[in-house]
Amino acid sequence: MKPYVLTVSPDFPPAQIAGWYIFNTWLQRQLGVPIHVDLFDDFASQRAVIQDDGIDLIYANPFDAAMLVREKGFTAIATPLHKSDEAIIAVAADSPVKRIEDLAPGIRIASTDDPDVNLIAMIMLEPADLSAQNVQTHTVDTYVLVAKRLLQGKADVGFFLRDAFETLSGMIQRQLRELIRSEIHVIRHVLLASPSLQEQHEQLRRILPAMSTDPKGKGVLESMGLQGWEIQEQEDTEFMIDLMDTLVN
Amino acid sequence: MEDMTNKDVREPYTEHRLCYYDGASRRVLVKDEEIPFPEGKLIVSRTDLRGIITHCNHAFVEMSGYTEAELLGQPHYILRHPDMPKAIFKDAWETVARGEKWHGYVKNLCKDGRYYWVYATIILNVRAGNPISCTSVRRKPSRTQVEACIAYYAQLKQAEV
Repeated sequence: MKPYVLTVSPDFPPAQIAGWYIFNTWLQRQLGVPIHVDLFDDFASQRAVIQDDGIDLIYANPFDAAMLVREKGFTAIATPLHKSDEAIIAVAADSPVKRIEDLAPGIRIASTDDPDVNLIAMIMLEPADLSAQNVQTHTVDTYVLVAKRLLQGKADVGFFLRDAFETLSGMIQRQLRELIRSEIHVIRHVLLASPSLQEQHEQLRRILPAMSTDPKGKGVLESMGLQGWEIQEQEDTEFMIDLMDTLVN
Repeated sequence: MEDMTNKDVREPYTEHRLCYYDGASRRVLVKDEEIPFPEGKLIVSRTDLRGIITHCNHAFVEMSGYTEAELLGQPHYILRHPDMPKAIFKDAWETVARGEKWHGYVKNLCKDGRYYWVYATIILNVRAGNPISCTSVRRKPSRTQVEACIAYYAQLKQAEV
């Protein structure tokens, strides 16, 4: 039997890679089906495999959830407990910029290719009359490199996923200053299952919320940096997609 | 919908009577005091196709000054500020009804008579090919754009008279 394929949005912290493999082992035992983990370094290569129907289960970025649900027929299974996707815009600690409105057209932005962080952060720049048309964006592979560009004076502001910003080393964080952080709460990653996993949907909905109450499951969750799962009804996902839609120009 | 009273709005205020598209009218009390948009937040609400609020997030409740219970089941025009031209809302509803996304700058009236500016986006929620509701998301607006709208909306209001 060809194994199903599990993948994770490429914006997960590298320290949690092992956690997703442990989760996969746990999941295979629970479901009794073979599952193979396939991780990607960037969003573009992951999307290419999605387009070829090469993914069966995905912990998806909210930005990609829209395409997966509406174009690929994926079903929302669960979202992580108490964990929303939020963005932080930071500057170097000695930057003269004190508030968003101090920024002017032409600023240099350092960011990753994380689509929802970039979307949320660009929205937070709108009050300064900034848009993709009047800023210079330099995309790097990791949030550590975003920080590095700020510290080297090669960028005026940096876009960070909140969780990534908070896991930067203390030394780096001390040299940066948070300008603004989003408090949107309703934009979250979501675990989506493809139509090929239809037979397992109900079982997934049963086992995932129970994970945090089982000692073994709890340990697996900790290794993934999660507190637990809560069931995501399809309408909740549709609502999140509608909301994302209002944010995309 | 009930008239606003001086129980909620402290003097000084100006008094206006607003007439809405559905024939309803309401006395509103307006103060010349702006509340800044909360940094980093989005104000989110959903209405049914008649514009009745069915869902609102914490930021919506906080900014409006009403309780969630006071908002749910009310027409969205509970937040209508008398400085807003009718043409703006007409355009919004017509755009959304066509299935297109509407963007615009809106001055909203709080329960206590103060106001706040937003950059609003409204979309139609379609399920199984049928429109079922509308989602509206408001974010912090550009001050330059707000200043431009203040002048433009004043012209539109004058033309209404």
